[in-house]
Amino acid sequence: MEKKIRRVVVTGIGAVTPIGLTADETWSAMLEGKNGIAPITLFDTSEFKTKLAAEVKGFEPRNYMEKAEILKTDRYAIFGIAASQEAVDDSGIMGTVDPERFAVYFGSGIGGISSFETEHTKLMQRGPKRVSPYFVPELIANMAAGMIAIRFNCQNAALPAVTACASGSNAIGEAIRAIRHGYCDAAITGGCEAAITPTGVAGFVNMQALSVSEDPDAASLPFDKRRAGFVIGEGGAALILEEYEHAKARGAKIYAEAVGYGSTCDAHHITAPDPEAGGASRAMKQALEEAGYTGAETVYVNAHGTGTPLNDKSETKAVKLALGERAKDAYISSTKSMTGHMLGAAGAVEAIACVKALQEGIIPPTINLNEPDEECDLNYCPNTAVKADIELAVSNSLGFGGHNACVAFRKI
Amino acid sequence: MVFETVCRIIAERIECDPESITRESTFRDLGIDSLDTVDLMMNLDDELGLELELDEKLETVGDLVDFIESKQE
Repeated sequence: MEKKIRRVVVTGIGAVTPIGLTADETWSAMLEGKNGIAPITLFDTSEFKTKLAAEVKGFEPRNYMEKAEILKTDRYAIFGIAASQEAVDDSGIMGTVDPERFAVYFGSGIGGISSFETEHTKLMQRGPKRVSPYFVPELIANMAAGMIAIRFNCQNAALPAVTACASGSNAIGEAIRAIRHGYCDAAITGGCEAAITPTGVAGFVNMQALSVSEDPDAASLPFDKRRAGFVIGEGGAALILEEYEHAKARGAKIYAEAVGYGSTCDAHHITAPDPEAGGASRAMKQALEEAGYTGAETVYVNAHGTGTPLNDKSETKAVKLALGERAKDAYISSTKSMTGHMLGAAGAVEAIACVKALQEGIIPPTINLNEPDEECDLNYCPNTAVKADIELAVSNSLGFGGHNACVAFRKI
Repeated sequence: MVFETVCRIIAERIECDPESITRESTFRDLGIDSLDTVDLMMNLDDELGLELELDEKLETVGDLVDFIESKQE
């Protein structure tokens, strides 16, 4: 195996999100400041305090899978497969990489929670003989990675990252490392989630993590003084990462270079972030150091920015610790103001936002940011997209369990 | 009667013409694996009002029809 550090580039993107059914649609919607939040339609919310979510709308699984396969696949994995199909098609990689050198790193925070609910109801109402033989494969959070590997014949490692809301970024970061250090030549990476279900929403609302606002334009409010919890989203996003020489040799379209990854744990509390932001800032510093950050570059930070009172305050601190004096010059935004919090898919769609921002020189806004908070005093690009010729883009993801992941991209 | 029901349920699942399925069709050729067979049995339970439990490996549609008919008697 080669021992030298190899360069890694992004050669394909795909996304199914609350604001678009493809990566292009999602990116255009971000630049327009489209809000993907609306009343929940997936179940009856009459007994729920939370009424809003960012659901994927108008998605047709049949565009990606045959009926027999849909019957045995949870919604979360379908989103992952759909996004991967788009990214693979976009990259043109099929047939150019040895299957034994083609990996999958694909995260999910929760896995097949809606299948869990359906089958548990059957168990209670009709007994154990009626639990579906597909229950376990639908439930397990590694199955998106497994099914993506089957579909695209990826015979290298196929690993899930299950680090809650950091899953997508951890998956991408681990794929960067695997290619960089020669364990594989290309990877399908990203994340997927579909947890807008009765137990999912009830659990998050009872831990006081969710906004209970009934106004879609005043619910997901990252960095705003009125923020009072996140809005749950869903979907999937995928990137094709590829070793640079491999991509160049086949004449691939290259979006950006994946230049850094940081991965740390707060080791502090199961759900609350460390108020001193030690772990989050170390993840950012690691990614910036790997990226060769000199302190002179124009930086975009796609923030984790959930809109919970604690996250946005401590993340602001993390950005200041990582960038020092330059923190006030950085462009920061939370696209969760539009997509809601896609949990395990969040880091992946936000990595796509970073890559597109570098490519096009436009930064997606933080929408509905109208009341500044003195504890969140950086430039969060409120309400309208900003033209800026950024040189380095980093995406933060911070998950329950204290997981912090940061991935960095540069123009190529 | 059982044969027609089995063909209809298989055809709905794999989206083919029920008439193209014969007693000799193998599950393997229809793209139906052992997990699918268990799920198929659950659907047939609901359709036929039976409580079937697979206790043998079935190769063909005819095997399944015979198995169900033996339990109906």
